[in-house]
Order: sequence, then C-alpha cells, then structure tokens
Amino acid sequence: MAIPVTNTNQIGLQKNDYKGLPSTLCQGCGHNSISNQIITACYELGLVPEEILKFSGIGCSSKSPAYFLERSFGFNSLHGRMAPLATGAVFADTSLKALGVSGDGDTASIGMSGFKHMLRRNTPMVYIVENNGVYGLTKGQFSATAEVGLSLKHQGTNPYMPVDICMEAIISNATFVGRSFAGDPKQVKELIKAALNHRGVAVLDIISPCVTFNNQVNAFHSYTWGKDHEAPLHEISFVPKLDEIILADDFMPGTVTEVCLHDGSMIVLKKLEKDYDPTDRWQALHMLEESQRNNWLVTGLIYIECDTPTLTDRHNLPDTPLNRLTDKDLRPAPETLDQINSSML
Amino acid sequence: MAAQNKIINNFSITIATVNGSGSQTANTTLLRALFKMGIPVSGKNLFPSNIQGLPTWYTIRVSKDGFTARRDEQEVFVCMNPASFEKDLAEVLPGGAFFYADHIKNPITRTDISVYPMPIRKLVKTADVSPGLRDYIANMIYVGILAHTLGIDLEKIHSALDFHFKGKPKPIESNINMVKAGAEWASKNLSKSDPYWVEPMDKTKGLIMADGNTAGALGAIYGGVQFAAWYPITPASSLAESLNEYLPKLRKNAEGKHTYAVVQAEDELSAIGMTVGAGWSGLRSMTSTSGPGLSLMTEYAGMAYFAEVPIVVWDVQRIGPSTGLPTRTSQGDLTFTNFMGHGDTQHVILLPGSVNECFEFGSLALDLAEHLQTPIFVLSDLDLGMNQWMTDAFRYPDKPLDRGKVLWEEDLEKIKGDWGRYKDIDGDGIPYRTLVGNRHPKSGYFARGTGHDEYARYSENPQVWEANMNRLRIKYKTARTIVPKPIIDSSEKSDIGIITFGSNEPAVYEARTILKLEGITTDYLRLRAIPFTNEVAEFVKSHKRVYIVETNHDGQLNQLITIELPGQAKKFKSICLDNGLSLSASWIKEKIQGMEAK
Repeated sequence: MAIPVTNTNQIGLQKNDYKGLPSTLCQGCGHNSISNQIITACYELGLVPEEILKFSGIGCSSKSPAYFLERSFGFNSLHGRMAPLATGAVFADTSLKALGVSGDGDTASIGMSGFKHMLRRNTPMVYIVENNGVYGLTKGQFSATAEVGLSLKHQGTNPYMPVDICMEAIISNATFVGRSFAGDPKQVKELIKAALNHRGVAVLDIISPCVTFNNQVNAFHSYTWGKDHEAPLHEISFVPKLDEIILADDFMPGTVTEVCLHDGSMIVLKKLEKDYDPTDRWQALHMLEESQRNNWLVTGLIYIECDTPTLTDRHNLPDTPLNRLTDKDLRPAPETLDQINSSML
Repeated sequence: MAAQNKIINNFSITIATVNGSGSQTANTTLLRALFKMGIPVSGKNLFPSNIQGLPTWYTIRVSKDGFTARRDEQEVFVCMNPASFEKDLAEVLPGGAFFYADHIKNPITRTDISVYPMPIRKLVKTADVSPGLRDYIANMIYVGILAHTLGIDLEKIHSALDFHFKGKPKPIESNINMVKAGAEWASKNLSKSDPYWVEPMDKTKGLIMADGNTAGALGAIYGGVQFAAWYPITPASSLAESLNEYLPKLRKNAEGKHTYAVVQAEDELSAIGMTVGAGWSGLRSMTSTSGPGLSLMTEYAGMAYFAEVPIVVWDVQRIGPSTGLPTRTSQGDLTFTNFMGHGDTQHVILLPGSVNECFEFGSLALDLAEHLQTPIFVLSDLDLGMNQWMTDAFRYPDKPLDRGKVLWEEDLEKIKGDWGRYKDIDGDGIPYRTLVGNRHPKSGYFARGTGHDEYARYSENPQVWEANMNRLRIKYKTARTIVPKPIIDSSEKSDIGIITFGSNEPAVYEARTILKLEGITTDYLRLRAIPFTNEVAEFVKSHKRVYIVETNHDGQLNQLITIELPGQAKKFKSICLDNGLSLSASWIKEKIQGMEAK
C-alpha cells in the first residue's frame, strides 16, 4: 500500500511552523546546523511551538534562538545570565518545555556560577552549549574552553587549561549530560530529542566550529578535527513513548542499552567499540578524564539519571499553572491578617 | 522620693551587652512589656558586624508624647560589658541611673548619677538551668531589676516572653523565673535614688509592634507574591526569611499545594535574574537585598527596565560605599537606584516611612510593577527594616490585585492576533504583554535587551530606537500620576517647608514639634515615591525656604529635587547626616535653627 506523502507532523504542523527568522550568523557556522536540528527534532517530536520556551545569553550562540521556533516565547537575556532567568521562568507553567542555547564564553566564563547552580537545582530545561572555543562576536578571543596551546592569528597562543563543560556538569550533579559535534547532525538531533524528553536539566555540549575565527585543521573545535577525531560512545536513537520499539536485525542482544525516560519514551544506545554505561557517574568522569588527556572528541550520551526530582517538583506547586492563578488563590483571607495583627500586640 | 520629682514615661534606657550573648531576647521583652503597658516606645539595636564578642547597645525610648526617634541622650544605662564600661559610664546624663553587672571591677568615676551594681553571676547560679544556658538567661536578671526599679509590670513581661517564645512553656518559665529573681533581689537590696519611672497609659491601642522587613514580606504575601529569589545580606535577610516563615502558613491552597516559590540564589546576579525570569513569565515576582547586592543587580535592573519586565526589588539600605558599615543604617542608595543601569534609565521608587507603610508598599509595589511593566524599587533601611516599631495594625488591601495589561488566548482571538509587544495603543506608554503558556499561535514573542521595534523584533534603526525610548518616558510620566502621593502638612502656613522621606519621619516630626515650641513653625512633606508627583512642585513653590532632610552624605534627595525643579533650586537647603546612626530630633532642630538664624 502506498504511504501518502505528508508534509505535516502528528499534530498537523508543517516544518515551517518550527522555523525562525533567517540566520545572521556566518555561512557554515556550526550554530546554524544546530538550529536546524532543533527545528527538525521539535517537528519530528510533534511539539507545540507555544509550549516551548527559548532562552539564551549573549554571543553568537545566543542570537540563534531567533532563528528557530519563531512561534515560541523566548528571552535573549544577559551575558552569562541565562541560567537564573530560565530558573525563574520555569515556575510559571510546568507543562512547558524550556530550551536554552548558550555559548562557551557565556557558560564556562561569565556564567559559570549560574550554570553550575542551575545544574545542582535540576532546573527542568535543555541547556545547549554551542562550543567553539572562541568569542566570535567580539572577533575571536580565546574562550575558557579553548585548548591550551591553541594559536590564533590575532590572539597568540592560549596559555591556560580548558574547562570541560561535561565534566563540570557531572560534578555539579547534572542529571543529563551529552556531548556532540555540529558536523554529526543525526546524533545532535537524537540527543536533542532525548534531552527534550528528560525530566530535569539536560546539558548538551555541542562542538560547533567557528568558521571565521577557529576552524584551523588542527584546532580541537574545527570541522576537520571533529570529522577526523569524533569518537561516538554509541549510536543513539530516541524512541517516543507511543512508538513500538522494533529492534533491527543487527541489534543483537548485548549490543543495545535502553534508557527509559520519565514519560515512557526511550533512548536506545547501540554499542560501538566499547561497553559504556551512561548511568554510571564514575565511569562517565573516568571517560571524560581519559578523553581530556588524549584530546579525544568523545560524543554521545555521557551521563543520565532519570528519577531525580526537578527544581519545580521540589516546590509542591498546584496543577494549575502558577501564572494562571487569580486573586482568590493568591491573597490570603482577611481573618488571617487579623490573627497576624493580634499576634503582634 | 517625692512624687513631684519623678520623671514618668519620658526617658531612654540603653543596655550595653556583648554581641551574641542573647541579650536581644531580654531587650525586646522589655520593649514589648512597656508597649503592652500602653506606653509609647521605640527600640533601636546598635550592633556590630560580628557573630559574637563585640559590644552592642540597645536603646529603648519611653515617650509619653509618642516620640519614637533616636535620642542622643540616655538617662538609664545597663552595662553588662566590661569592654564598653568606661564609655558607657561617661554617657549617662547627670541625674541618670547606671546599672552594671558587679563582676565588672572598673572604678566608678561619677558621683552625679545613681549607681546600682547587680549581682548577676550570683543570681544566675541559683537558676535551675544547664550551665550552657546561663549566659543567655543572665540577661533576664537585669530585666527583673529594671522592672522593679522602674515599675514595669511583671505580668506584661510574662506576656512579652510568651510572645517571644511563641507560647512554649519551658523557655518562658525559665526566663520568667530569672526575671522574678532579679526583681526580688532588687526589692530587698536596692534602694532607688533616681527619678525614672514608668506608669501604664493607654496610648498603644490599635497599634502593633513589628519590624519593617516582616511587614514588607507580609505585604507582599497579601499582595499575591508568587516568586521570590534572594541572597543573604544584612540588613535585608529577614525580609526573605519572613517570606519563608509566613508563606507556608498563608499560601497553601485547598490541596495543600504552594501558590508560590522562594529560591535562595547563589548570588544577587542570579537572585534578580530569577526574579526577571519569573516576572516575564507572569508571576508576581520580587527580590530583596542591600547596597552591595543592589550593585550586583544593576545589569539586570537596566535590562528589566528596557525589556519592560515587572519585578519588585526591596533595598533595605545600609551605609556605604562598598561594604561600608554593614550593620548601620543609611539612605545612601537613592540616586544610585533612581538611575540604576547604563544608558538613560529612570526607575520608579517607593519610599516607605513606617512599618505599616512597608506592609502597604509590599503589596502596592507588585501592583505597580505589573501595571507599569517595569522594576519597582522599594527603599527601606536598616532602622526601619530590622528594629521593632509601634505601628498601625496592618490593613487588609481594599483593591483587587492589579495584573496590568495581559492578553490571554481569548483576548488574542478577539483582536485576531494583531498585537505588538511594545506598541502603545492607549497613549500611556504601557504596552500589552502575553505570558508563557498562552497557546494562541500569535502569542509568542522574543524578549530582549537589544534594540527592538513595536513587535519585539531586533532593530538597529535609529528612529525605532528613539521612538522606543520616548515611549518609555511617556510611561514614566504615567507613573507620576499613579505612585503614592506625599504626606503633606501645610497647616502652619509657614514660609519654611521641610521635605524628607523614609525612616526620618519620626525625627522630623519631633523636630518640628520642638521648633514650634521655640517659635519656628514649619510645613512638612514626606515623599513616598519617585517620580515626583505634582504635589512636590506645588509644595516647593508655596514655600520660601525648603529644608531637605535625609540620612546620607551628599544630600541625594536634594540632588534629585534640584534636577526636577531647577528653577526652585535656590530655595533648597540640604540637611544630611551620614554616620551610621538614624537622625535625632535635636540634631535636626539645631541645624534648622542655625540655618534660619543666618
């Protein structure tokens, strides 16, 4: 039977409904590729654009939320201050999904404190770091994730050790940590889908080359380096809860790990070279340490824990969104004030 | 002592103790007991930035006339601290009374006062409490001795302790036993030679006793606060802590769910960041801090102004610059707050002048923030925020919550989704906004601190930028018409006007009373908000000389009024004090008298 060609998703929206304004970033910028994967992931998941909140800080990466999900509410905040802004905003209506895009300067330099505290609170949001090792918008200065010894035309040589965002995230008790490469769009998309269905904070550190300032062949954050050196931990697929999981023939027992998410959807990880258990924090840190020493670009789902209460879970909120409560919910009865007054005599 | 020599209900008691020794319970118990006797009182804690060990003084003013400002003179002194003994002894007014713990062996160098050694250590040994608690309970002995010597009702002390310990029988009993032991010792051993007495009055009816930080928090709770983020800082911490104390009692719904969230942030950058996020998403949202925290909040304050996000920021002021004197009061953040942010920023500021007004503005600030879609700053100070004051009982708000111009799904349906986030439809400079969770396909917009047009689209167009800034000025004009008007007393029809604000009110009120007795009548305006309403200009224009009284170094209100009314500037005479203490009436009186004599 012929399958009718359809250009709408399960909620009847077209891909255009998930698009944004034309990008003003450089041609070939890794960020544009990530924006495209955000669009595709949301389209394929059948999310309602009005049910997604976009956040960003300041920098090239932080401009990008204008280039996807135009129908969604968004807030382009201050440099390094996306995390607290999103933390306040997610209380309003917990039925919404929050998706933030930040950069390596925004997250690992000016915003490090807010980033790490957001993680320890398990603020329910997807936090994407478009990591290119430089400050693009101010013309190419080193960022905190630039590798030691990196030489740039106008900057000289970077003398300092880099910050590993995934390692910082894990030791700050993040509940979902992934690393990917903008040049591996399929993995980026599957990780975004999984992250959007994770209950809690999901950090995606995506190496996203800056074609203008840091794309030399030997630079860690370049396309060439990434293409040549990316070492995926596994082949990742996200399976929504409604789909029946049919394992392909080559998914032999013992080669596939399934991680069940809170909403019943599933992350299927197909084993590649080595066994890797993303629910093992110790193994995750060990792997990151080893990768850092050897300058490996290891990608995939690095760490996940599914049952940790989120920030908003811990606040015992009503079912009605807080921002739809009215006077009668928000103002205590007059007699309570009489009691307070008489307690202060 | 002959009755005609008695001085009744008109003196100050200062108690010198070591910080961290638990004297606060004893001192506020005395204060509340006097209040319960119907006598007007005020209490001021002069404490160091220290957990334990440094000297601290607590002054209770007893005033039959209802004056509550700080006085420079102290008639009755209780000294429990060897380190401050010499200084304390020197400060008692001639004819005054000096009580001290008799284990302090310093020489008594004065003969013009009554001196009463108190056997604190001996009496505390008789108490049936664990040795670890003895230091804390020792302070109750001076409460008992003072009660007997001054005539404070022991029953009222009992009920003040009941208040303090929230009815818990055990601590109430061990404390009242010490009070009684002190009183009994005094009745047997102390022969009174000073003239100071208290007697019951009926002047505290309808009043309560509370601090401004608790009042501000309660005001916010009755004003429907839904989100608060904060970071600990003296003297603001107790505001957020009061939210944490009262919200769980007052704001659970029928299912036991919380209609609010409070988050202790990692710093003030994040505290205001969370507040802006919550305000943008449609929650009535606030943060509370003091000077150094306010400095850190500057970038987000400017962004909230420009992106038009409703938030409330309480600044419980302490003296600066820099870390300054963290436990001393000031009104030094006025000009900073007024312009807080880079570029051309002008904020709306509320200036509560009493504990009751802290309550009222706690709610009003949230209304104004959502009405105007802008940050509202409430400038309190340490004196108002942390000290206990007599104040009118809190009044239940008589108006519904003002949620401002918000478009929900059905509103967008009616206008077919044709709206612009920064479009001024009504001519008041206030646009309409939508809130997250609105499912209408035209509801979403992208908020930003970058240049934007009426539809919130990024724009670097010069005309668009200018038009937006001009609209923000129209909004500021609208604010002028809706912020609280000043309190004015022009009944003297004097040539002299006094303008002040905030916690200066009691000192200025008292100064006017004394000035009048000495032949100088004055009219009065207490400012309650910035931007200035028309009443301020009218008041200035109708007086020949206008004294602007404030607690900061440079006369910041004077600066702002001069900018507002440059043509009237010659009239302004700045009276300001900035030494960490709140104003006293006698100081203000002398300043005005001196300047009038010129």
